[in-house]
Amino acid sequence: MESTYKKKSQIADVWSRFKRNKMALAGLIVLVVMIILAIFADVIADFETEVIRQNIPNRLQTPCAQHWFGTDEFGRDIFARIVHGTRISLQVGVISVGIALIVGGFLGAIAGFYGGAIDNVIMRIMDVFLAVPGMLLAIAIVAALGSSMTNLMVAVGISSMPSYARILRASVLSVKDMEFVEASRAIGAKNMTIIMSHIIPNSLAPVIVQSTLGVAGAILATAALSFIGLGIQPPNPEWGAMLSSGRAFMRDHPHVVLFPGLSIMLTILVLNMIGDGLRDALDPRLK
Amino acid sequence: MDNIQVSVENLVVEYKTEHGNVQAVNGVNIQVKKGKTLGIVGETGAGKTTTALAVLRLIPNPPGIVKSGKIIVDGEDISGKSEFEMNKIRGGIVSMIFQDPMTSLNPVLTVGDQIAESIGIHQGLSRKEAMKKAEEMLEMVGIPGYRSGEYPHQFSGGMKQRVGIAIALSCNPQLLIADEPTTALDVTIQAQVLQLMKSLRDQYGTSMIMITHDLGIVAEVCDDVAIMYGGRIIEQGTLEDIFKKTKHPYTEGLFNSLPNLANRTEKLKPIRGLMPDPARLPSGCVFHPRCLYAQEICQSRVPQRTDFSDTHMVCCLAYEEGTNIEVKGGGRIV
Amino acid sequence: MSDALLKVTNLKKYYKTKKGVLHAVDGVDFTIEKGKTLGVVGESGCGKSTTGRAILRLVEPTSGTIDFDGVNVMSLNAEAMRKMRTQMQIIFQDPFSSLNPRKTVSEIIAEPLKLNRIITNRKEREAKIHELMSTVGLADRLFNTYPHELDGGRRQRIGIARALALDPKFIVCDEPVSALDVSIQAQILNLLQELQETRGFTFMFITHDLAVVNYFSDEIMVMYLGKVIEKATSDELFNNPLHPYTKALLSASPVPDIDHKPDRITLRGEISSPIEPKPVCRFAPRCNLCMDICNQEMPELKDVGDGHIVACHLVE
Repeated sequence: MESTYKKKSQIADVWSRFKRNKMALAGLIVLVVMIILAIFADVIADFETEVIRQNIPNRLQTPCAQHWFGTDEFGRDIFARIVHGTRISLQVGVISVGIALIVGGFLGAIAGFYGGAIDNVIMRIMDVFLAVPGMLLAIAIVAALGSSMTNLMVAVGISSMPSYARILRASVLSVKDMEFVEASRAIGAKNMTIIMSHIIPNSLAPVIVQSTLGVAGAILATAALSFIGLGIQPPNPEWGAMLSSGRAFMRDHPHVVLFPGLSIMLTILVLNMIGDGLRDALDPRLK
Repeated sequence: MDNIQVSVENLVVEYKTEHGNVQAVNGVNIQVKKGKTLGIVGETGAGKTTTALAVLRLIPNPPGIVKSGKIIVDGEDISGKSEFEMNKIRGGIVSMIFQDPMTSLNPVLTVGDQIAESIGIHQGLSRKEAMKKAEEMLEMVGIPGYRSGEYPHQFSGGMKQRVGIAIALSCNPQLLIADEPTTALDVTIQAQVLQLMKSLRDQYGTSMIMITHDLGIVAEVCDDVAIMYGGRIIEQGTLEDIFKKTKHPYTEGLFNSLPNLANRTEKLKPIRGLMPDPARLPSGCVFHPRCLYAQEICQSRVPQRTDFSDTHMVCCLAYEEGTNIEVKGGGRIV
Repeated sequence: MSDALLKVTNLKKYYKTKKGVLHAVDGVDFTIEKGKTLGVVGESGCGKSTTGRAILRLVEPTSGTIDFDGVNVMSLNAEAMRKMRTQMQIIFQDPFSSLNPRKTVSEIIAEPLKLNRIITNRKEREAKIHELMSTVGLADRLFNTYPHELDGGRRQRIGIARALALDPKFIVCDEPVSALDVSIQAQILNLLQELQETRGFTFMFITHDLAVVNYFSDEIMVMYLGKVIEKATSDELFNNPLHPYTKALLSASPVPDIDHKPDRITLRGEISSPIEPKPVCRFAPRCNLCMDICNQEMPELKDVGDGHIVACHLVE
């Protein structure tokens, strides 16, 4: 009851609630730093000379002032590769989840809202997707389309689409029987208006958490695909690929896998923290 | 004072919230006489359920803390009892009927099991004996005994509330606390359940606390009435005192808010304003922002109890010395 | 009856369930005249809410005709129905679930204006929202608050403002005060009544509370298991109830008066199943005055004079 008569935009409102969650704020700061690093990767380290070019005499150096994270088995600076890898990982993570979320979420919302035959058809197709292990599906898609970054994102996106469809369908089902949906129909809203402005905003919370986890999963899936040679092609720096190629030297030179591994972990952690904060911030009831 | 079954003295309960401490109950004194029924009347947030839960020491902690207050059951102070001893009191000596019969029963146990559970805990009977007793209890509340093997979802709302009553009465408690027991029920079913509660109460001589917002139910079931507002009892007395010699402006407002079955052309006179936010109770008399008769003094001075008789007390500055507030006492429009 | 605003004939709503066909509303007829209020009383499961929603076709009636202001509502297509609903509105029971928790008060009230392109200019729309808020007694400072920050009474005012935004002729009030505290309930009832007096609304007032319906209605219709069992003017129904169920209902409601010693009729059992009911009197299993014929034939609605109609074999 403390609101004053003052117009505040939706975004400002969400932000003011988000700010209050210190963990989420910390996560956001780290993520912003990572994004800045990704944007200015070329300024920090030159792609041709530092990231790709092999420098065998320099191989497997432990971290020092010149090479903060040491060098890998080809003598390339690991820090430089990780910074450039951030670009790939974040891009793949965000875009593939975006694909999964938009396509899967939309199908799930439609299925939940209309029910009946539409629901049945959509969800059975999703079940077929779910029946095939996600990794296998992604492999099949990349194998069929050829390995490129775009195809990789499409593959990872499609393979995780069914889970978004299921989650959104479930929460749409619980929201669509609320009286405010009926109220909105009573004042002349069309189905699409009802879905977009009433049902989806009230069903998003579980999907937001799922998608932050999903970005993490997509980064891992990309890494796995890169490992079996279907993802990012060497010598391009990708965290998963770095991890798998470094694994042979893990025993004597742990730094080769430690830093890519830490990068993946940090990214996942940060995304989860932001996801939690965002879910709460988007709900005006939690003031 | 040995005809007092339960008395609560100076009960203060606070809830910790993000906005600071909220005083849900602020210095409540109530007494329930043996075999009699006390009605606690109030609106949302008045503190009536908190008071009842405090008697059973069931205030969830955190966020709730009982700041002070003695609870004396049958001459014994239970406020210092251990959790183990309390479990014997709960359900055994004092038991409770909840508002929502849909959620107060466990959906995966048969109703017979749920009644027998309570009997088993308190009377140390074998399972077979307890089940037999459970069937008797069901018969007593008007449900055929053979249905004891059925699950709650097979019962209607009214039937579930009967099961709740059977559980509450299964160990012959001395005090029964009923928290809005008929609010979720239809009128004709409500009449059946109230009828049942009255006859069982009279049969076993159980004392009762009836929490309700419905003055009609109070008129029908209760002997004494306590009106709560903003965590305080603002008027207390016998049925006659409250209904015929209404003193507090809030009580008067409650009566005037009710549509009258007998006179339908009468315009309602609602109490203005809203229930106060328990986190920000008004200063002085908690009711003053909504009171028709409020004067400046009501904003600063906290009213103390004024006794009109052995039974009737009110907390309103209009009845205190040195104030000049005119109240149409008992200004009830009938 | 030339000034009838709404005429409903043989309205039915059946639901298919696994156990059979559920007769939620089973052949209901009534008319409401302009500016009048029809109270609909009954207990849960009697079909009163479904009837209210069926008139607005928020639930699609199985059969029947609905004649609203000379328009056959049942013949309208989806788009025409959408336009039609600007004249027929509904106020919901639950002030908590009937408002989208993610929209502010002003957004909720603006929605009908936007959707129906009634006021497209933003400035004018805001002015209209302020006007509506003051009509229903909401303070200006609540413009940008969310419903969860407000108590039940103020939320219900938002729901009323939303219904008024389209300036309808007819409003279905589906238990608008049963979720509210007594003192707030009276405020909302008075508000609705003032609105009717000043703006001439026609109401269908659905409730289980007899005192409320009596206070509010010109005519009262009592429903039981999807059927109308009695209908009369308010005074007539309260002074001279004829159906045993109406009598029981009247006697069962607690009266806040200690001198009132009700001559209570306690009914046996509970409402029976609405799934494929037999063509007999639906109240017979609970009726204290049940005769043989009650379990053989369905009683027809009979007019006993002055528009007082009742469906009971006891009434000749």
